[in-house]
Amino acid sequence: MLRIARAHVDEMIAHARADHPDEACGVIVGPEGSDRPARLVRMINADRSPTFFRFDPSEQLQLAKQLDAADEEIIVVYHSHTATEAYPSRTDISYASEPQAHYVLVSTAESGRDEGPVSVRSYRIVDGQVTEEELDIVED
Amino acid sequence: MAVEVKIPTILRTYTGGEKTVTGNGGTLGQVIDDLESRHAGLKDRLVEADGLRRFVNVYINDEDVRFSGGLDATVSDNDVVVVLPAVAGGSR
Repeated sequence: MLRIARAHVDEMIAHARADHPDEACGVIVGPEGSDRPARLVRMINADRSPTFFRFDPSEQLQLAKQLDAADEEIIVVYHSHTATEAYPSRTDISYASEPQAHYVLVSTAESGRDEGPVSVRSYRIVDGQVTEEELDIVED
Repeated sequence: MAVEVKIPTILRTYTGGEKTVTGNGGTLGQVIDDLESRHAGLKDRLVEADGLRRFVNVYINDEDVRFSGGLDATVSDNDVVVVLPAVAGGSR
């Protein structure tokens, strides 16, 4: 189960809408070992693509150094699918390499940049195995 | 040349849980070979036939080695090598 603040869910949706039709990506970090997403960081999609995302390597390094110094880690890795459902693709699974992280998918396929239905779902991806998990959204 | 190598969570199974290990060599490739001698299996997660795996980013003193020679990038004493898994994916 992923326990997450409503504000973080809203922020992921806002980011996904803003970057639509390209995929948006980012992280929510928190204290090491806490499993508590505390701070959302929008990341640049270095590929700026409607079908692919990749963290910009130099931005990712800066993030890693900040986390290391603050004893924080990535709790959530999120990205959007802009034409397909909020389910991890084969590419997503092959790249998934943060075993402690929750992988959140936001699909803007239905409403694009506009207000309207969006789908937000969370998964664990460990050793190529995908397990969907419940989202427990904490109202602010 | 002795350098510090920072290992990401997912590869710490090869280093007995250590976040940072020390490697020796004059190039990144030599450092990885040296690490492999003590941390068997690590090399295969970093290197494939024609160079560094696309699933990993490696930096020497904050510089992405893809722009500085890949496995042939030179390292000097006290350099810091950081390994990070690429965070990527897509809808296809």
